[in-house]
Amino acid sequence: MEKIIDAAGMGFAELNRLVKTAAEKKIRIERCLGQRYIACGLKDKEIFIDGTPGNALAAYLDGCRVEVAGSVQDATGDTMNAGTLIVHGSAGDATGYAMRGGKIFIEGNVGYRCGIHMKAFKENKPAIVIGGRAGSFLGEYQAGGVIVVLGESGDEKPAVGNFCGTGMHGGEIYLRSERLPALLPPQVRAEKIAALPDGAAELVKSWCAFFGRKAEKYLRSAYFRLTPDSANPYKRLYTVN
Amino acid sequence: MKEMYIPPKYEVLRDQSKCVSCGLCVKECAEGVHFVDAKTGKYRTDDQKCVYCHRCVCVCPTHALQIARSRDTYPENANWDGQTVNELYRQAQTGGVLLSSMGSPKPLPVFWDRLLVNASQVTNPSIDPLREPMETRLFLGRRTAEAVRDENGLLKDTLAPQLELKVPVLFAAMSYGSVSYNVHESLARAAETLGTYYNTGEGGLHEDFYKYGKNTIVQVASGRFGVFRDYLETAAAVEIKMGQGAKPGIGGHLPGAKITEDVAETRMIPVGTDAISPAPHHDIYSIEDLRQLVYTVKEATDYKKPVIVKIAAVHNCAAIASGIARSGADVIAIDGYRGGTGAAPTRIRDNVGIPIELALASVDTRLREEGIRDNVSLIAGGSIRSSSDVLKAVALGADACYIGTAALMALGCHLCGACQSGRCNWGIATQRPDLVKRLDPEEGARRLVNLVTAWNLEIQEMMGGMGINSIEALRGNRLMLRGVGLTDTELKILGVRYAGQSL
Repeated sequence: MEKIIDAAGMGFAELNRLVKTAAEKKIRIERCLGQRYIACGLKDKEIFIDGTPGNALAAYLDGCRVEVAGSVQDATGDTMNAGTLIVHGSAGDATGYAMRGGKIFIEGNVGYRCGIHMKAFKENKPAIVIGGRAGSFLGEYQAGGVIVVLGESGDEKPAVGNFCGTGMHGGEIYLRSERLPALLPPQVRAEKIAALPDGAAELVKSWCAFFGRKAEKYLRSAYFRLTPDSANPYKRLYTVN
Repeated sequence: MKEMYIPPKYEVLRDQSKCVSCGLCVKECAEGVHFVDAKTGKYRTDDQKCVYCHRCVCVCPTHALQIARSRDTYPENANWDGQTVNELYRQAQTGGVLLSSMGSPKPLPVFWDRLLVNASQVTNPSIDPLREPMETRLFLGRRTAEAVRDENGLLKDTLAPQLELKVPVLFAAMSYGSVSYNVHESLARAAETLGTYYNTGEGGLHEDFYKYGKNTIVQVASGRFGVFRDYLETAAAVEIKMGQGAKPGIGGHLPGAKITEDVAETRMIPVGTDAISPAPHHDIYSIEDLRQLVYTVKEATDYKKPVIVKIAAVHNCAAIASGIARSGADVIAIDGYRGGTGAAPTRIRDNVGIPIELALASVDTRLREEGIRDNVSLIAGGSIRSSSDVLKAVALGADACYIGTAALMALGCHLCGACQSGRCNWGIATQRPDLVKRLDPEEGARRLVNLVTAWNLEIQEMMGGMGINSIEALRGNRLMLRGVGLTDTELKILGVRYAGQSL
């Protein structure tokens, strides 16, 4: 059974209460328009959203599948722990901030500060796959996990903005691009790779499956792999007093 | 030029007539100050390594050891004192940013010491706490509530969630990683016994301590270490850390040496890498953004837990607090510039921020002027050293106080200020198993309970002297304070009269 919620004119508190207390596992939210905090901290549900959810969609998500037919706003997947988020559109700023697990697939672009301070430990390895471009500060302070930017944009602009990976001290970023982004910080090591490693390739295949694209095209492209250039990039800066 | 010689700060004095060559000093000093000379078999010291933590002095069974300030100093100069010269030489040598630990040791004014407390004489009798009930219990949280009746005409409970404290003291945020497992256990157990709360700091919560959840405040900081659903749900309250008194404006930085397997798991970062918290929350650039995070936390916890927002005491904190009080937060914690830290750049620790006394008074005044004081409770921290500091903070407008440094001192901290090394000989600011086990959590908890219980007795006694029998009746009661040695401006900000001025 699927619960259908018509969100037109509904405030966020009421909508989220309906979602949280629904007995059904599958929930369909129709005519969503800017309601915040949908699926916040939720687990064991399958939520389909038609429309445009507000900020902090799927914050602290703990194991749902959330699919959005539309774009999403800021702070999507903030500190997400588990689950899958699929967005048939673009995402705003600070997408996947401090993610600890689960996967986010964005068909279009993401705004600034995507994937800041993503973490990973043992089996918990979060991932973000971005079909279009990412704004500046992608993967800042990244401590773990994987970010893939496919750079599909139809113009010649670079796949990511400035200051990609500043403060990065773990994890990896894959950029599908012929050239490196400008202003790459010195703590980030970039290498051109011939083929995506298995883990990243699987993510790209999943992204293609969700959005009906041919995986071959994306797997055969040139990628740059960004990793932190040492385990302790800031250690030398300090003098113990 | 070869490396500049920097004389040791301290000298270790060993009285050979008392030393029984037991070797305990060698064993106890993780800094490696004491050693046995391979050739002569005699006990010797490397003063250069001494951080003055006093561990060897305390454990020496015959009291044969003393630590003294080194006689080897630079030419006397009131402007260029020894510490300043050392720092300059170190930076010339390394090019590094100076890093320090604990609160600032600089001789900046402590306003608590210039505030004096009132007592009743003749006209309104004092209350004897031995015989009369003396209430130090209080509640933290939003106090505005609409009176709504149900269909039977009975009042509905519309009060926001509250934290109940049996004493006006909470243990301040200190993260697992910066301090040891045994410190967290000591704090958690003491908080449970005392009927108050300890604060996880920003390093997450070790799974062993989930059982202390009802006495735990969990922190959400810019690094979001260890933050997930269970963490938020376990806690009694959630604190969003915007700033810290010891280092306003910058994020945390836990050196890789302290990121052991267990700490790495709790924080979810690779073992041995530095744990970096960004300076700002990268999703908070305004009060509106803060409101969004406050409500994200509330949504995730079904509006059942108070949300605390912690800020450093800075120049504009009254206006900032006014914004926070309108953001949906239930409690504001203000951390003064003398507050402690596990590691902070020296210049920031010693120069950035303002004293808690002035910040607290200005925040309380501003919130009252705007009629929103009841929207939030206030917690003051940033070097609360004694029961009288607590009492004065309450009279200036605080609901309760955070103690961090004082709590660590109860656990054995001697304020050597070398936390960042990870070699704390007292088993506090370390992750080395051999050092951690020096702090027995049961003994630690007992000492913390002793300290806070003693403070609470003193608070009751002072309250009784003023003729006040409830700590909540003292809150913001600035007529109970008088200033000495303060300027007109200071008195105006503190909202107190000069000693000798009556009503």
